[in-house]
Amino acid sequence: MLQRTIPLLILSASGLILILSYFSPITETWSEQVVSWFNILAGVAFVLGAGNLLAVNLEKISSKRPGWAYSAITLVSFGAMLVVGLSKWGAVPDAKHPDVHLAGSQDSTQAGYGWAYEYVLSPLTATMFALLAFYVASAAFRAFRAKNFEAILLLGTAFIILLVQIAAGAFLTNWIPEDSFFAFLRAESLKAIVTEVFQTAGMRAILIGIALGTAATSLRLILGIDRSALSKG
Amino acid sequence: MKQRNEQLPPGIRGFLIRMGQIDRRWIYLAVAVAIAAPMLTRLRFPEVPGRMAQATFNAIESIPPGSRVLIAYDFDPASAAELEPMANAVLHHCASKGHRIALMALWPLGKQLADDAIRDILLEYHPEKVEGVDYVQLGFKTGNEGVIKLMTTSIAEAYAADASGKPITQIPLLEGVRTIGDFQLIASISAGTPGAQQWVQYGDSAMPDAFKFVAGTTGVQSSQLLPYYPKQMEGMLIAIKGAAEYEMLVTEKYPVTRSADRLALGRERMGPQFVAHLLLIGLIVLGNISMLAARGWKGAAR
Repeated sequence: MLQRTIPLLILSASGLILILSYFSPITETWSEQVVSWFNILAGVAFVLGAGNLLAVNLEKISSKRPGWAYSAITLVSFGAMLVVGLSKWGAVPDAKHPDVHLAGSQDSTQAGYGWAYEYVLSPLTATMFALLAFYVASAAFRAFRAKNFEAILLLGTAFIILLVQIAAGAFLTNWIPEDSFFAFLRAESLKAIVTEVFQTAGMRAILIGIALGTAATSLRLILGIDRSALSKG
Repeated sequence: MKQRNEQLPPGIRGFLIRMGQIDRRWIYLAVAVAIAAPMLTRLRFPEVPGRMAQATFNAIESIPPGSRVLIAYDFDPASAAELEPMANAVLHHCASKGHRIALMALWPLGKQLADDAIRDILLEYHPEKVEGVDYVQLGFKTGNEGVIKLMTTSIAEAYAADASGKPITQIPLLEGVRTIGDFQLIASISAGTPGAQQWVQYGDSAMPDAFKFVAGTTGVQSSQLLPYYPKQMEGMLIAIKGAAEYEMLVTEKYPVTRSADRLALGRERMGPQFVAHLLLIGLIVLGNISMLAARGWKGAAR
């Protein structure tokens, strides 16, 4: 009852209210309530996520699995940020309430949280993302080989996009008159053909498929046909 | 082709084949040089604004001064290199045009990026702007698309107060604002989910004619958003190229008297992109020549 029926009732009622709110103004305030619950639950999910992070990494450390040292670093960093953030260590006093420490701001680098964000988190995440450039170059060199027709298509498209995304594309093709038969070979036209015709057509098909799948799955959940999300049983 | 390869002198063919098996560390070194050299020399190229950048510019230009604009910082520092330049340019454009700006974030670290933008763009280039009157920082709110959905019926339900804790009922900029439909334009600078796609699906679709919607996006995410342009999204800035084109349009119309470094980041970053793309093209060509040389050799061996 507690594990399946009540959650199913909440799920079905919430789903139906959200659908009805699109069609009837009467249910609009109900939908506000449901979405507020969702947002509160999403906030609580952060706590669950933190708990899960602790459980997974502690288990890895205690069983000394390969890479356990990384888990230790993760937990130490997590704990440090949590303590620094919640205690507002080094927070800049608020102008209106200078005596209340917790009213202070920790956005600037004077505060521990702001400092860690600016000088640790930002550079680290940016570095991880920047590494992609190296991997992409290496992968392109090895994978973009004209071995068959499909590979030639992929290669050709990559070539066009790589060229038109820089000034070289315009430089190489700007001599083609805009009103000539060959105007479609100009960089901006080639880019438009690839992105706004082929890519958009493909993505629309995928998006419509996803939307139909989402609607079908939602209906199965609301009607209680699919109960896999409710409990382990 | 096989015959032609077989005619290659064995030394050249062997060299080409070896080039195809080049150690990846040499490629990494080449990429590092290709990116570092233009950065150090501040290499720049002229950009020709494309249709999407022009459409974004026109969308912000077309609404009257004093209009309310909501800018959502839906990204984090990992994508800041790609998205920060366009976010800066959009903010400067809106402030220069005299729009009243609300900033918010659906990503936890987006709030800090919006704070940086207030400090580096609004307070730097528009010191006359008053907090609460000309701009307001609403901050981050958890709930992903749920926040957008809630804001279509009641902003107060999602944001009871701004980021500094001031109740939104006491903020002059938000006087009379009940839903996102009371904004004239919404811009999402988006690196993924939740982001521009969710703004279209949950915000724009709920009130299609209420506001104009423009988006700035990473190159990777752009394919997901292209189907929404130009109907649901009036303008779209794609990656650094889009940012550079848009920056040009904005700074041409609204030049700044002080150092404009923060409004030239996109154009500055096109230099490394230019050389890196040429390197990629060169590597792909080299890889294919090497493959053809190897095929010829294999064919001859058979």
